[in-house]
Amino acid sequence: MGTGGKGLLMQTNLKVKRYNPGEAGSQPHFQDYSIDIHPDSTILDALIHVREEVDGTLALRCSCRASICGSCGMRVNGRARLVCKTRVADLAPDGEELTIEPMGNQLVVKDLVVTLDTFFDQIKRVDPYMQPDSEPESGEYIASNESMTNLLTAMNCIMCGCCVSDCTVLEVDDNFIGPAALAKAWRFTEDPRDDRRDERLKKLNDEDGGIWDCTRCMQCVEVCPKDVAPMDRIMELRDAAIEAGNKNTSGYRHTESFYNSVKKNGRLDETRLAIDSAGWTNIPRLLDLAPIGLKAMMKGKLPPILPHKAEDRKKIKEAYEKVEGERE
Amino acid sequence: MKYAFYPGCVARGGAPELFDSAVAVMGRLGIEWEELTKAACTGAGVLQEKNRKMGDVLNIRTLAMAEEKGLNVLVICSTCQGVMSQANHRVQRDADYLAEINEVLAEEGLEYKGKTEVKHLLWVAIEDIGVEALKNTFQKELAGVKLAPFYGCYMVRPSDALGFADNPGRDTSLETVIEAVGGEVFDFPGKTACCGFPILFINQANSLRMVSNHTGAAKDGGADAMVTPCPLCHLNLDGYQPKARKKNRGDKADLPIIHLPQLLGLAMGMSEKELGLQKHIVSTKEIVRKVELIAAR
Repeated sequence: MGTGGKGLLMQTNLKVKRYNPGEAGSQPHFQDYSIDIHPDSTILDALIHVREEVDGTLALRCSCRASICGSCGMRVNGRARLVCKTRVADLAPDGEELTIEPMGNQLVVKDLVVTLDTFFDQIKRVDPYMQPDSEPESGEYIASNESMTNLLTAMNCIMCGCCVSDCTVLEVDDNFIGPAALAKAWRFTEDPRDDRRDERLKKLNDEDGGIWDCTRCMQCVEVCPKDVAPMDRIMELRDAAIEAGNKNTSGYRHTESFYNSVKKNGRLDETRLAIDSAGWTNIPRLLDLAPIGLKAMMKGKLPPILPHKAEDRKKIKEAYEKVEGERE
Repeated sequence: MKYAFYPGCVARGGAPELFDSAVAVMGRLGIEWEELTKAACTGAGVLQEKNRKMGDVLNIRTLAMAEEKGLNVLVICSTCQGVMSQANHRVQRDADYLAEINEVLAEEGLEYKGKTEVKHLLWVAIEDIGVEALKNTFQKELAGVKLAPFYGCYMVRPSDALGFADNPGRDTSLETVIEAVGGEVFDFPGKTACCGFPILFINQANSLRMVSNHTGAAKDGGADAMVTPCPLCHLNLDGYQPKARKKNRGDKADLPIIHLPQLLGLAMGMSEKELGLQKHIVSTKEIVRKVELIAAR
């Protein structure tokens, strides 16, 4: 770089988060770097340029530079990305400042480098290996093409940790198994060579921090650089867990109540949804709902006791029956 | 400017002040509308957990009803926007899937051709009406009022289904409106995070942490109120703020959560009552007084 003359270069302004927990007195702070780079450069190119030409103390991690190894996950302007896959010109065509921070929900080793300990602890929780009951009959396990193609979404995961970084549940609860590990779990429940499907689903269903704790915020779907769409995999796990007979959760009752409310009324019955989710016999949970309901009522905003109904809801019910018939 | 109006279950249920303020504001904006009274709930992503196709059938049915009238759909809920946009995106990219859905709709004599657009009042205000025309409807400038935007997940993700690439202003639309009313934006990372509502009945501790984190951050940053285009976020951030703030921060719920149309209404000079601001759990008295004082200056 730099051989093409000044005219071919573009100015890039980086605001980089610096922090060295290993050094006494170090506090997280931002440092600005203004450099000239080739317009085709990725953000990783820019950061390497800073480290090699401007400031050798900047710590960052990278390896393949081709979005295969998953080493260079960082937050750019508040969102997790692989910086080798992100061009400077796409985010800052006119030299706008780019804020670069380490990934979230993980411990910082130094500057832009985080430990992936949390990430791998989560992965280990889902027993990420095949557990067949018996030896293969012919020297190897045979699986259909179709069943393997089905797994491609989750198998694309390069374990970069971007989804974990931006997961809104992990931000408030470090016991959540997290999007990457749940997508990995899905991969094994869907693998025809694995014989622990029911046990896996039961564990993911029953466990604190399991499949029902996802908020469906779609952060993981948005930031995954490999289209794994972890949240979609979590939704499939929920469906599979229910199909396998796991019906002991508020999450299950919530989904059932919602589904049936729309089937019956065409609309959502909010009061019923709250009570159904708590469970009709769960007195402490129901009492917990009462003060909020009372407050809302005093302000004149409690949902009607009789739910709002769509006109012509018979048509909605008929559509339900047709789609349900297809599924059976 | 006429739309097929889809207010959503919450505006018709737990947050009646949203429906009333939206209708009042739409009147001032010269928006004509016809409510889609036969439409079903979008499923809010919850129904889709059990059966995605069922959700898509319900939403495409709604879009087909609007298409028959030759109108685009106007929504006032981030979740409605997102769930309908996702269904629309799926059938617009997959003709076979659309045909499958249309087969179900045929029983009712409906057919969707894929032409309907779904637009939140927030996008209608800045894209179809335009910031300058919008400003012309305002009677008060909310100078000195600091407002924290809170989008709601479905209004910002997934960005491809929401058409962010073709409509560059959408990711900052709420800030644009706050600036248009003359307010100051309190920018914070929580603005596009989850409010916690979807897990309120499933993991209340986590849900309450989200509420106290976001409302606490805005309060600590000096915000007078938070503005949201999503009534589900409102239910949680307003309704559960007292419990969440007490439990996680040991302080009082003091951040009013304002529905988007209520903010527009305040700038248009509408009264507290007209906008249903007295119906909130967290008192809106302070912010209403602040706006009145500014107007009197």
